[in-house]
Amino acid sequence: MKLGLAIDLDTCVGCHACATACKQWNTSGTIGPLTDQDPYGRDPIGTWLNRIRTYEVAGTPVAGIPVEGAPVSKTVHMPMSCMQCEEADCVTVCPTGASYKREEDGIVLVDQDKCMGCNLCAWACPYGARELDEEQGVMKKCTLCVDRIYDEALPEAERQPACVLSCPTSSRVFGDFDDPNSTVSKLTVERGGQGLMPELGYKPVNRYLPPRQHTAEAMDVQRSPMQKLAQWTNKLIQR
Amino acid sequence: MKPALSVLIFTVSSGAGYGLLIWLLLFYLFSPDALALALSPDSLRTYFGLYGGIGLVLVTLGLLSSTLHLANPKNAWRAFNRFRTSWLSREGVFALLFYPAFILFAALLWFGVDATGLTATTALVALAIAFATLVCTGMIYASLKPIRQWHNNLTTPIYIGFSLMSGSLLYGMLYQYQFGKLPAPVFNAFITSLIVTLLLKLLYFWHIGKPDGAGKNRTTIGDATGFSQAQVRLMDAGHSSGTFLTKEFVYDAGALRLLILRRCMLVLTFVIPLALIIWGRQVGIPSAVYLAMVFMLGGTLLERWLFFAEARHVVRLYHGDQSN
Repeated sequence: MKLGLAIDLDTCVGCHACATACKQWNTSGTIGPLTDQDPYGRDPIGTWLNRIRTYEVAGTPVAGIPVEGAPVSKTVHMPMSCMQCEEADCVTVCPTGASYKREEDGIVLVDQDKCMGCNLCAWACPYGARELDEEQGVMKKCTLCVDRIYDEALPEAERQPACVLSCPTSSRVFGDFDDPNSTVSKLTVERGGQGLMPELGYKPVNRYLPPRQHTAEAMDVQRSPMQKLAQWTNKLIQR
Repeated sequence: MKPALSVLIFTVSSGAGYGLLIWLLLFYLFSPDALALALSPDSLRTYFGLYGGIGLVLVTLGLLSSTLHLANPKNAWRAFNRFRTSWLSREGVFALLFYPAFILFAALLWFGVDATGLTATTALVALAIAFATLVCTGMIYASLKPIRQWHNNLTTPIYIGFSLMSGSLLYGMLYQYQFGKLPAPVFNAFITSLIVTLLLKLLYFWHIGKPDGAGKNRTTIGDATGFSQAQVRLMDAGHSSGTFLTKEFVYDAGALRLLILRRCMLVLTFVIPLALIIWGRQVGIPSAVYLAMVFMLGGTLLERWLFFAEARHVVRLYHGDQSN
């Protein structure tokens, strides 16, 4: 098994529900607590396993003027958590053996009892997936909610990571990338899903489904009868 | 990368310590002139007690300082567990192995056991371990793919170069203190390691380019987010104040200041000590070597600081940097 997430950048609205649900579940989960420093103060800082950043991705204007039919500029919300890399350098650089990758499902985990808090794994991670818990002095990272997904006490539909369950737009899909018939595999093929920074060779498992190429919707503008006639003629000729 | 004082002290102190001990062993094996072996066994003991002792103290201080960097030092003993994959683990193992090897060598010398070449063999083993430790320390940084200023073939040789250079000067300083002169092999060792290290460091600066994050062939925010064909701009980082990531990786000293500090570092580490040593030797001023050591210490610390301050981790791209 190669468990991971497919994240739809077209439908993510950047509501941070996944991050909040993640924090809520994991602070009381197996790797918890996820501590905060100065949580109600001026500069709150704390440990999060999932962060959402928002980017403006520019369309393809020519000399500053948007081209008709070309993709328009988009606001893209990009949630990032551990990519569960196949070539996880965070695991190989770890001197204590606290970081490990599970053979059975590919989840990368940190044994909280062995970590000495040297930060080297965080340095080796290009995605910023690992954060040191300042209060506890050990490294925290996404576990793909390993303490949920196998819990037979939960109804089967709820055996999914907290971020996936909480997403109001179903932009996060959890599944096995080794199985070509899984939803995540199918979505990846269908939508051209890609891993981030493949050139570094970490072979990240998580896939990002790129935004669909929408063109700007024309507003319902008032046109004169002559303009309407011209438009109708144009359509006729194009056929 | 945020420069951590404990790591700077570790690399400078341990680096100089291993450098001193490596030269001590090398001179013992290949250039007895610089060891004043013609002296009586008693002075030989003092000599090794002084040099070896200072070397070991520096190495140990550095290693202890490095544990201050750990957020959970009670698990530090586990760091020897992953010798097969982790350079940090390898460094720990070699650093630990060096003690018995060197102490055995020193003991053999102290008690004058050397009929069968046993002392020389032990010296060779200790030498190899010390060198391996330096290689491992360099590789901890050089193996990190997300930091282009570290992930290159110059990082490790430069670290070794700085170690040998500061070690040889330290050796020369102690020799000067003890015997009031600087012997030719020590002088040559210093000049050679200084010139080689200087050339490597200049090549390194040329390789990493200006410390402004701009330039050709850099990873861009577009590459990082997967929109490599488009112009990408960060609109919202998603947090109102800092995070572990911004504290650890986003460190901006300013490109201009870094460029000025680069030059200061080159002058402090290379130009002034070189001039002082050559001038002091020609004119015959014994204190020049002590002064040179002070400058080199400052320069070496600055070099390590720059090594961190100029390193731009790719995670910065997700936080809004346009390129690294």
